[in-house]
Amino acid sequence: MNTVLTILRKDLRLELRTFETIPSMVLFSLASFVIFHFALNRATIEGQLAAGVLTATLLFAAMLAVNRLFVAEREQGGFDAFLLAPVDRTALLLAKASALFIFLVVLEVVAVPAFALLLLGPSLGPALIGIVAVVALVDVALAVIGTLVSAIAIHTRARDLIGPVVALPLLIPALIACARALGPLLQTHASGSPPAKWLAILALYDVVFALLAYAVFDFLLED
Amino acid sequence: MEAATPAIELRALARHFGERTALRDVSVSVPAGATLAVLGRNGAGKSTLLRILGTLLRPHLGEVSVLGEPLPRRGFAVRGKIGFLAHEPLLYSDLTGRENLRYHAGLHRVDSARVEEVLEAVGMGARAEEPVRLLSRGMVQRLAVARAVLHRPRLLLLDEPRANLDPTASRLVEPLIGRSSGLTRVITSHDPGSALDEADLVLGLKDGRAAFVGPAEQFRGDALEELYR
Repeated sequence: MNTVLTILRKDLRLELRTFETIPSMVLFSLASFVIFHFALNRATIEGQLAAGVLTATLLFAAMLAVNRLFVAEREQGGFDAFLLAPVDRTALLLAKASALFIFLVVLEVVAVPAFALLLLGPSLGPALIGIVAVVALVDVALAVIGTLVSAIAIHTRARDLIGPVVALPLLIPALIACARALGPLLQTHASGSPPAKWLAILALYDVVFALLAYAVFDFLLED
Repeated sequence: MEAATPAIELRALARHFGERTALRDVSVSVPAGATLAVLGRNGAGKSTLLRILGTLLRPHLGEVSVLGEPLPRRGFAVRGKIGFLAHEPLLYSDLTGRENLRYHAGLHRVDSARVEEVLEAVGMGARAEEPVRLLSRGMVQRLAVARAVLHRPRLLLLDEPRANLDPTASRLVEPLIGRSSGLTRVITSHDPGSALDEADLVLGLKDGRAAFVGPAEQFRGDALEELYR
């Protein structure tokens, strides 16, 4: 756990020093909401349409972070430095997934209220706890799959393309579950609790892919 | 026990990258405390050999033993005992020298007092709060030396260790990575003269093959010329 915290601290410090990833994700999300506003030609949206717009925007914003996740490791020798240390290699998976999760949470702290302000018809208030639960579960999925795919893509020449091309199909089940769980929460007069079935699917997806990532990550670092 | 077991033992080592053979049939034995100079032209396989010894690459054929542990099977057991000074400094350019070393100290479970000790040893204590990207190449190399010896390794793998160092800095790092460190060392260099001055043994690589293996004092004249022809 100390190794995970060491790597995570370093990644957060690098982000605070450079502001490369999170501001890009936030700006991308805000721009997407403006584009949706004009493309849909609607002053406000709600229900399943709102859930789809929010889910798609968060997903594509997450891809920006996925593409950047291992860049410093690749370009500045961080992989070699890590591999030379007598530490469990899955510490890198846990640290990077945690960093990506934190980036996503920071993004959502800005993007979800902005979505409510710019596009959403109903108030967020009554369903806020449910939305937080759904978004937290999909963040785990994005963090795990994003880290796994980024670790694969970073060793290829076309890493900016490989990341989204591999990650998006893998994430489809989680994104369907997220959109379906959010839909009822973004209705006018929403009840406040998300559908249990979709929450369970999201949680199951998280567990399965977390275990899968834990099992294969060591091999991804081999030459 | 330490004296009897070679620090490094290679037998018929081979490594390929796709169709290209980077190393083939390389055998050498390095006693503990000795210095091996690995010489050869660009692309001869020097860096590949260092990366195999550093557990960063797997050998494809042959046997490799480092500090008594067979690689790659027991790589985990030797990683903390190897100091690797690579061509790249393995430092994050947006972090300061001190932040970089503290990060590496965290990975190697070394206390922060040791970080200050090595910063002073390489003469970087006063510049340790500056981002690495703002430092000169010589200063970055000094930090890279500090990183390589931070965890008190028993084996040093040094790729062009004095690159970018002026004579003063070179003297400064001598107790850490020079002969006086008393550590087993493997040095690669494009400059055979400087490497031979430090070496007990020489492995001359030509197109991935061992063209010369023997004591440094025998590696002169024709053998040297042949290797770089």
